[in-house]
Amino acid sequence: MDLEKLILKLHPFERAVLPVLQEEKDFHKIVKKSKLQEIEVMRALQWLENKELLTMTSTTKKVVSLDKNGLLYLKEGLPEKSFLNSLSDEFKGLNVITKKSKLSREEVNACIGLLRKKGAIEVAKGEHLQIKITEAGKKILEEKSPEELFLEKDFPLELSSLQGTDKAVFEELKKRKEFLKLEEVKETTVTLTELGKKVASMDLTEEVTNRLTTGMLKKGDWKQTKFRAYDVEINVPQKYPGKKHFENEAIEYIKSIWLEMGFKEMTGNYVQSAFWDLDALFVPQDHPAREMQDTFYLHGKAKLPELWKKVKEVHENGADTGSKGWHYQFSKEETEQILLRTHTTVLSAQTIANLKKENLPAKFFAIGKVFRNEALDWKHLFEFYQVEGIVIDPDANLKHLKGYLTQFYKKMGFSKVRMRPAHFPYTEPSLEVDVFHPVRKQWVELGGAGIFRPEVVKPLLGFDCPVLAWGQGMGRIISEYWNIADIRDINKNDLKQIREMKLWLK
Amino acid sequence: MPSITLNKTVFERLVGKELPLEELKDRISMLGTDLEDIKGNDIHVEVFPNRPDMLSEQGFARAFSSFIGVKTGLRKYTVKESNQKVIIDPSVKVIRPYTACAIIKGLNFDEENLRQVIQIQEKLHVTYGRNRKKAAIGIYPMEKITFPITYKADLPQKIKFKPLEAHQEMSAAEILEEHKAGKEYAHLLQGLPKYPLFVDAKGEVLSMPPVINSDKTGRVTEETTDVFVECSGFDFEVLNTCLNMIVTALADMGGEIYSLRLEYQEGTKTTPNLTPSKMRLDLPYLNKRLGLSLSEKEAAKLLEKMGYGSEQGQVLVPAYRADILHQVDLIEDIAIAYGYENFQEEIPNVATIGEEDAFEKFSKKVRELLIGMQLLEVKNFHLTMKEDLTTKMNLSIAPIPLKNAIGDHNHLRNAIFPSLMKNLADNQHHEYPQNIFEIGRIFVPGDTETGVLEAEHLSVVLCHDKTDFTEIRQVLEVLIRALGLECAVKESEHPPFISGRAGDITINGKKIGVIGEFHPQVIINWQMVMPAVGFELNLGELCKLAWKN
Repeated sequence: MDLEKLILKLHPFERAVLPVLQEEKDFHKIVKKSKLQEIEVMRALQWLENKELLTMTSTTKKVVSLDKNGLLYLKEGLPEKSFLNSLSDEFKGLNVITKKSKLSREEVNACIGLLRKKGAIEVAKGEHLQIKITEAGKKILEEKSPEELFLEKDFPLELSSLQGTDKAVFEELKKRKEFLKLEEVKETTVTLTELGKKVASMDLTEEVTNRLTTGMLKKGDWKQTKFRAYDVEINVPQKYPGKKHFENEAIEYIKSIWLEMGFKEMTGNYVQSAFWDLDALFVPQDHPAREMQDTFYLHGKAKLPELWKKVKEVHENGADTGSKGWHYQFSKEETEQILLRTHTTVLSAQTIANLKKENLPAKFFAIGKVFRNEALDWKHLFEFYQVEGIVIDPDANLKHLKGYLTQFYKKMGFSKVRMRPAHFPYTEPSLEVDVFHPVRKQWVELGGAGIFRPEVVKPLLGFDCPVLAWGQGMGRIISEYWNIADIRDINKNDLKQIREMKLWLK
Repeated sequence: MPSITLNKTVFERLVGKELPLEELKDRISMLGTDLEDIKGNDIHVEVFPNRPDMLSEQGFARAFSSFIGVKTGLRKYTVKESNQKVIIDPSVKVIRPYTACAIIKGLNFDEENLRQVIQIQEKLHVTYGRNRKKAAIGIYPMEKITFPITYKADLPQKIKFKPLEAHQEMSAAEILEEHKAGKEYAHLLQGLPKYPLFVDAKGEVLSMPPVINSDKTGRVTEETTDVFVECSGFDFEVLNTCLNMIVTALADMGGEIYSLRLEYQEGTKTTPNLTPSKMRLDLPYLNKRLGLSLSEKEAAKLLEKMGYGSEQGQVLVPAYRADILHQVDLIEDIAIAYGYENFQEEIPNVATIGEEDAFEKFSKKVRELLIGMQLLEVKNFHLTMKEDLTTKMNLSIAPIPLKNAIGDHNHLRNAIFPSLMKNLADNQHHEYPQNIFEIGRIFVPGDTETGVLEAEHLSVVLCHDKTDFTEIRQVLEVLIRALGLECAVKESEHPPFISGRAGDITINGKKIGVIGEFHPQVIINWQMVMPAVGFELNLGELCKLAWKN
């Protein structure tokens, strides 16, 4: 690269650090000399390394530095000195000495042992311990001890640099409580490359501007300004956007498919009567799926629309639908129960009940939460989304249903659709919908479909008319797209996850 | 969905044809059952609840054999007269009023057959019998009992016999309190003044339906060849159909069916009644619903594949089919016989106008605006814990409880704030600022069909160490002004907020929400150490106001 261009790119930190590198290789020394902060030097070095002006090598070293007590003694003197200072030529009691020296019992005991070894004190054993200073002791007080000299060294010290007396003193002091500490530190050595040496020797003091300011623009002095060139290729710190919850992205996508196909959106309450959720859909009152444990119930009784009497008759004997009915006594209490909707089909029932002949043909869809009384675990949620569509068309038939399914799933990214016989209490025929999975190369069950039974349609609409219906859950689509193994993660609301989640690109 | 395990050897013998594995798998699932897997000699299938007649090797094979064209059409079963009777005492009328009975002779109860019979009985109990409530089945060895049999109800204290799997005689009360089956089905007899009993001519108790058989008279062994079968319950038609499912399976196993006279107070009936019922099939209706143009002959042929017969334009429905309520049920079977895979998709040229729900459209715009202010959208559950909605928020308004939730999320949320506080509490290890919002539903008591009023709310919470009332008020103002509206904030007390830093949000004098700085106690309650401010408003109301404008 052109040398001049390279210099133009240098950040002020780099400019400050480079000349220092001609003399210093050690990171700490560089920091000291450059008069920058550690983090600034570190960044400058990294940038310079990226520009291939230097190389950095890291080694770990054992380093000695002062610990808590070491730092204290550096300030207040070594305890043995304090101890000696509190003695005189006369024997004095230990209590007196201890009080005068302001040392702890532990320190005193250590000092006695140490100083006796050096012959600096004389101890008289009587009823109480008596101590006086010796000539050797006085001599010690006159000059700095090797320990004191050691203490005044420029810490941290590299362990391997200690030799001779220093080494001996170190070994001695190491034994003392919280005096020295031995640590492993990473040392960074910086070496300029040939290019680096060349640049470092050049004049880097020339003024370059970092930021274009309003002032420059107003005054026009930007014309004379030399702007520092950036390294536009390096990484920048992460930034977080405001973002939609990813579940809503999938919902909007599916919604757009329905809208493109000419369907009108249905919405409605989560809290429903058993009448709308189940009885209006001809689900027999003793159907296993209606048992307590699958459905969330609320306290109280729902108010029923007049329609309930008609539905009761259909359940019991088929009424005018051409059906035999379920052959049982329809219970009003059962139909009055209040529950959290178990499927979005409840919305289809309510929509059909509000339609008139002149509104036909009509198409509706819903994307909404449904509820199941289940404990939360990695593959069960007590509330989740269901997607559902209906076509109310006097001319509709099973082939049309397959046509709609094919069209719908093509838009969802599945080119082939297969129907298999199934059973739902409110559709006849009923079918399971498989799609051919383009990645897994196999048929995957994705939803259910069918044509509503006359026992459902006639009481609601007033006359029999084919109603094509199909629906599916959303969990599979979402967890497959985002590779979510634990479906609780969909509603965990981990902000990092929401911030970083890939967009729905379909 | 009930599942059964079929013995592949028995199944294939009954079907009368062996299919290659892949074809077998395909045909089973295209008949309308969910094949789970075939492992060795075991075929695991799930049978949809509308076909209890297929919950046995015999029933399944019968349907399958017909479907693949080996033995098609209506199966004929001969019923001989046994010249025996069952007397139904009027005392059962208010207890468990009906029974349907039959005798099957000439069976071979080897280990395999015994397993199959037990499986049929169990599966029918659970499914069609609704755990014995709707129908309970008893099977007794003929050599141990003496006709006529009486079905009656007796006072519990008078009942004493040795039930199956017991070591000695037990009273009715002991059976219901101590016996395994007794405890399981005690609720079906709970509160009744008398308990139902089958008793033979010698006064021996056969069973106490729907709970347990007698060990002496109600246990089939490998020596047994002839059995007495009864179903008891509340609807005679249901019981007769249930009985038919069993006797046809036993007949397919090699038995001969004998009828019994049932002497009810109101008259005598004879069961089993295997006469097929008749149903009219409207050919144009059939073709219209399926989009086909089948001739009568073609339709009849397809019906034969599903085990039906026909007679003078009427469809003969086998007496063991419990699911044929309407001709649409025949039409579905025709579609299955035709093959779902053979229906060509047809995209009809029907013009309709797509339309998104007005509120949904509105909320999407609000969402976009908030995202533009660098807010992050979260989505929480509507079911939550009472403590989160009340004590943790310094509030005491009782939320709506669920009656039977098995998990600890057993209340409907009455505000979104608590959900957002929970999110912030859960995300303390992630970077701040954490400015989040949610659009979702809340539930409060109200004058509606269900007594629950649902409202769409928007809640915004800003959380970082420099946030304050001004910042949240700015977000609110941006939103309201973008909708062409103006709002005012009237100072008010709201326990989740610091006093003097909270207010009601009003538009044209109408309160639509609250705004404020969260009280330190609330933040501490959520075990947080970061200030938070927020507002929550009724977005449904706001939508109406915005459209009106």
